Amino acid sequence: MKIHEYQAKEILRQFNIPLPDGKVADTPEKAREIAESLNSKVVVKAQIHAGGRGKGGGIKLANTPHEAYEAAKSILGMRLVTHQTGPEGKIVRKVLVEKATDIKQELYLSLLVDRSRNKECLVFMASEAGGMDIEEVAAHSPHKIIKVAVSPATGFSPFQARKLFYGLFIDKALFSQFSNIVKALYQIFVEKDASLIEINPLVITSEGTFVALDTKITFDDDALYRHPDIKELRDFTEEDPLEVEAVNAGVNYIKLDGEVGCMVNGAGLAMTTMDLIKLAGGNPANFLDVGGGASAERVEKAFRILTSDPKVKAILVNIFGGILRCDRVANGLIEAASKIEMKLPMVVRLQGTNVEEGRRLLQNSNLKFEVAEELYEAALKAVELSRS
Amino acid sequence: MAILFDENTRVVVQGITGNEGSFHARESIKFGTKVVAGVTPGKGGIDFDGIPVYNRVIDAVEKEGANASGIYVPASFAPDAIIEAIEAEVELIVCMTEGIPVLDMIKVKDALKGSKSRLIGPNCPGIATPGAGKIGFIPNFTMKKGNVGVISRSGTLTYEVLWQLTSLGIGQSTAVGIGGDPIVGTTFVDLLELFQKDPQTDAIVLIGEIGGSAEEEAAEFIKDNITKPVVAFIAGRTAPPGRRMGHAGAIISGGKGTCEEKTKALESAGVIVEKNPAEIGNRIKKILQGKN
Repeated sequence: MKIHEYQAKEILRQFNIPLPDGKVADTPEKAREIAESLNSKVVVKAQIHAGGRGKGGGIKLANTPHEAYEAAKSILGMRLVTHQTGPEGKIVRKVLVEKATDIKQELYLSLLVDRSRNKECLVFMASEAGGMDIEEVAAHSPHKIIKVAVSPATGFSPFQARKLFYGLFIDKALFSQFSNIVKALYQIFVEKDASLIEINPLVITSEGTFVALDTKITFDDDALYRHPDIKELRDFTEEDPLEVEAVNAGVNYIKLDGEVGCMVNGAGLAMTTMDLIKLAGGNPANFLDVGGGASAERVEKAFRILTSDPKVKAILVNIFGGILRCDRVANGLIEAASKIEMKLPMVVRLQGTNVEEGRRLLQNSNLKFEVAEELYEAALKAVELSRS
Repeated sequence: MAILFDENTRVVVQGITGNEGSFHARESIKFGTKVVAGVTPGKGGIDFDGIPVYNRVIDAVEKEGANASGIYVPASFAPDAIIEAIEAEVELIVCMTEGIPVLDMIKVKDALKGSKSRLIGPNCPGIATPGAGKIGFIPNFTMKKGNVGVISRSGTLTYEVLWQLTSLGIGQSTAVGIGGDPIVGTTFVDLLELFQKDPQTDAIVLIGEIGGSAEEEAAEFIKDNITKPVVAFIAGRTAPPGRRMGHAGAIISGGKGTCEEKTKALESAGVIVEKNPAEIGNRIKKILQGKN
């Protein structure tokens, strides 16, 4: 799960990591008030779940409270397009107004999961090439990145901070400050079940102190059950409304751009069904996994989600009945399709447990289902229907 | 012969009194599995269809000779259940549970180091050897005994492929779902090595998907170590980058883990990569016929 920069900074603050003073605003007036109270030059930063905000015009420097007002006015409500948002961009609903920082040096510091086979651990990455895209640094000058592994089983040890610090060419007097930041990052990571914490840039000011100028935290979705406080930070306005509806229905849905909607049980088979649609000459409109125990209710919700995408011209249902019996799926489909008055053409491919009974039910229903037996045949039929 | 699961495998089901555990314990018995014990903390002393239920895994090992475990407990209890089985020196631990936090899995992997146990999963459909038994979700009717080894990162897609093979009259030695999570106990490489050594297995089907580097590592290994024919399929050719496609492991990020890269790696190792998943069974059939 992603959160906003201002939310991530609140968490860092709780763990005593030094940050620029600042507050979040949702109106230009509020931005001006914050700038007045800070009594300094400020930076006004768009809050969206994507990087590259500066280049897209989402970060502005303001010398006076009035300039802060003007900056916020131009940023709030804008559709900010960056290399991470896709061409449709994201609407800015909040800005962070912060005291401008006097930068002497920019570093990079992060903590993430290393999944390398049989060496799974956490790894700190630090670099003097701060403020840059770390993937670029890794690609062009990997020697500039220092990596230090930490096993959550043994926990953090002070030498790990030394290993990072003495690998960086920075003022040796800064060690204890640096060490505290590294230790705090580890604490946040394990206490909150993060999957990435990145401070980029971690700034050294001309007064010789560290400031976390920008930060990004993502959390392990699977661990949210034990962190209700983190779960509350989720901003649904940053997500596709159909995907939010799917989450609430317990269905795994990702919207794509094609015209053939699909509903499948199991993630691997769902991806495979998308691939088959493409192979048959069409384009998948979505990824949708109804899960192992697809009840009539869940199937109905999945149909509603599929049909509310106006681009969808035909639907392909592909169910491999194992534990889930085909006759039950068929009943669920019939019930759901009649309830929502399904108008789109639909191909249903059932295979597995009780398949004969399932196909019979579909054929005898007065709803228009095209029944297919084979995988590829089903995809070809669905693509053909999407064009008629 | 088969791999990992054979006639001598004696299974303890952790979570046997739960919905999933009880259903799949019964299904596995129909498949011929020797389920020798169940474990549900707090319910020790009762019996389940005549199978003794214990509070602790160690009791199932010491009293019933269990040497394999199937874990069907919720994500918040699963890491504890796996580590309990490791401590009890259960040789084969298969965990079906979905949604275990990554930090917990790192600790589990640490506990596995230097232990006597092998973990399959988590978030996997399990393992099945027709004629010997199974642990997990693989539907009984999809399989028959034969000479093709199947390894996969997926669930229902595995059943689909098994059913394709069985419908064509091609049986399987063992099928293993390694799981869809970013951190799993057993990888493709481990299983390829076992299938290469298994005299019952004549050909291998590898079902991969986008994200991570399991397929690339498999390709590297196949190049130097596998002489048996391998047919592969990679799911997710059409998946958009950076999105989580149901399985946490199925994320393509930073241009790595794409279907194209995996296909290229496997093909350069001599693997036949089938682009149409509906043709996997036929492809294996041709290979086996060519051999005979």
